Amino acid sequence: MKYVDEFRDAALARGIAQAIARAADPARAYRLMEFCGGHTHAIARYGVQDLLPKNVRMIHGPGCPVCVLPIARIDAAIALARRPNTTLVTYADTLRVPASHGQSLTRAKAQGASVRMAYSVAEALALARAQPEREVVFFAIGFETTTPPTAVALRQARAEGLRNFSVFCNHVLTPAAMAAILDAPGGVPLDGFVGPAHVSTVIGSRPYERFARDYAKPVVIAGFEPLDVMQAILMLIRQVNAGRAAVENEFTRAVTRDGNAKAIALMSEVFELCDSFAWRGLGEIPASGLRLREPYAAFDAERRFPAEVVVAPVVDHKACECGAILRGHKRPQDCKVFGTVCTPDNPIGACMVSSEGACAAHYSYGRWRDEASRVREAA
Amino acid sequence: MKTDYIRPLDFRTGCVDMTHGSGGRAMAQLVDELFLRALDNPWLRALNDQAAFSVPGRRMVMSTDSHVVSPLFFPGGDIGSLAVHGTINDVAMAGAEPLYLAAGFVLEEGFPLGELQRIVESMAAAARAARVPVVCGDTKVVQKGKGDGVFITTTGVGVVPEGVEISGDRARPGDRILVSGTVGDHGVAILSHREHLAFETTIRSDSAALHGLVAAMLAAVPGIHCLRDPTRGGLATTLNELARQSGVGMRLDEAAIPVAPEVAAACELLGLDPLYVANEGKLVAICADADAARLREAMRAHPLGQNAALIGEVVEDPRRFVQMRTALGGQRIVDWLTGEPLPRIC
Repeated sequence: MKYVDEFRDAALARGIAQAIARAADPARAYRLMEFCGGHTHAIARYGVQDLLPKNVRMIHGPGCPVCVLPIARIDAAIALARRPNTTLVTYADTLRVPASHGQSLTRAKAQGASVRMAYSVAEALALARAQPEREVVFFAIGFETTTPPTAVALRQARAEGLRNFSVFCNHVLTPAAMAAILDAPGGVPLDGFVGPAHVSTVIGSRPYERFARDYAKPVVIAGFEPLDVMQAILMLIRQVNAGRAAVENEFTRAVTRDGNAKAIALMSEVFELCDSFAWRGLGEIPASGLRLREPYAAFDAERRFPAEVVVAPVVDHKACECGAILRGHKRPQDCKVFGTVCTPDNPIGACMVSSEGACAAHYSYGRWRDEASRVREAA
Repeated sequence: MKTDYIRPLDFRTGCVDMTHGSGGRAMAQLVDELFLRALDNPWLRALNDQAAFSVPGRRMVMSTDSHVVSPLFFPGGDIGSLAVHGTINDVAMAGAEPLYLAAGFVLEEGFPLGELQRIVESMAAAARAARVPVVCGDTKVVQKGKGDGVFITTTGVGVVPEGVEISGDRARPGDRILVSGTVGDHGVAILSHREHLAFETTIRSDSAALHGLVAAMLAAVPGIHCLRDPTRGGLATTLNELARQSGVGMRLDEAAIPVAPEVAAACELLGLDPLYVANEGKLVAICADADAARLREAMRAHPLGQNAALIGEVVEDPRRFVQMRTALGGQRIVDWLTGEPLPRIC
């Protein structure tokens, strides 16, 4: 596959791995957080960890859109899907996320709720046009990557005067979450970030500059291919060794300093900052989520269906460590229910659902390492 | 008055209605003018409620498979040819020679007769090409909204040649794992034609009857240990099934697994892994290390095995992990499929 295979090449990977091994100072540890679930997935899927020295540890960040959604928001989505004459259109990732009372959108659908999986918000818009007598609610989740398409759909719906289309907005912002991780009292010690790929194509590299300037943390923006990640790790190690903290861009084929001006303008035309958004694992973070601006109020499912969208705090399952894992405090295998009660087929927490979730990635691709160590311990 | 005349079925504009399943004259007409005519053979012509045949005094195998594919017609096949190939392959994966098929149809009221005709004729063509006749069948009609056009269940019987002992529990550490060609073609061909997802592609389903390939493989290596067709859940799920049944682990080499570039690209776009995407004309074989090269050459000499490849080996592992050396040079698990293969969003 042209333009992709080049970034998965084994010989090149060996070359970068050797450069990393040469650069990494054996006398110290490197704790690097990959913010994005896309990176977490690539690292696990391609076995990148096997090519890194022991003292370079990748800490999985909270950049998995469904993982950071509080349970209450899934509960609200289920309530919307159960509304008479209403269809909830959603990305596939949310379908199996555990909600309150053993529910999930998949289970609600089996019980008769109207839930439809879509690849894009455009499908929700098309459904609303085709079935004018039905309420069509789009379950909008994700970081700055999925936000511009939602904005486009809302603009279109408003221009067409579509009366039966609305958006349940759960869009959140990456830099706010990175700051929350760094600000958390007793937070996880980090030496640098592998910065987001797709998010940065939209917002550019400028928003990360304050992490280098104010927190002295190097950030290297990287693409989602395994060689991108490895190259970024090498660049981070070199910065750490030199005592530098700068925003560097490994993903120059897609990311500029200022990002995509058109997409940014669209987002700010349709959305505004909420005062605060409750993140799973990270808690309330001021100015970290988006809501629809006043001219789009008619398309806001939260305002349109207040009876269904009740976002009261819901406590996570008490054995579930998703919160600590999302903050980088714990590794998936440190959770008591990992791989026993909580598996991808029967997830307790959201991190075990999405392929971008740290637990699902480790379970599906990497758990042979834990098993190997367990067998060694037993022997 | 012409007493033996009834107006023929209208395949151009007619539809299935409830009378076609009522057991009366309309049903007899559908059987006569469509099923008998297309699938014609001495057993069906006998018009009995069952087919009678004698069997050789050897080990027999029997398998059944229900087909509910959507869309009904896809590039490279349709539900009719798929129903023939699917069951022939299940029989052939015991190393057996498939002999006869039975077919049960569940039709939805309102389904166009013209489409039904296309499906049955495609089924007949597939059965003729495979030389495995459909010797008995059944038709039921369900009310509109209670089915999805057409469901077809096929059952097949076959006989196992003397000396062949193939079973999913016979993989042993040291054995080699082969696949007969590119993986993921069928699933991607289907997905590319799903409503809401139509994208342009030249990918065709690999739907094919594999008993000829199996016969050629057995002629070269009668002692094949395991055979299985990696349908739903794809290659990954099939290998996990075999590892569990045999109580072994597996080590694969990602770079050796054949994937068509178009399939790899489509999977990339949809967030799918080709190892989990369905095949309908491929098989996985496991044999002793000493037989592996010979088996691969026999497969490559057959038109349905031209891209056959050695993809890994069986290892001892009480945890029964299927592991893979990634193309990048790392190591990962190739796990069971979880849920439905869902796309990632960003």
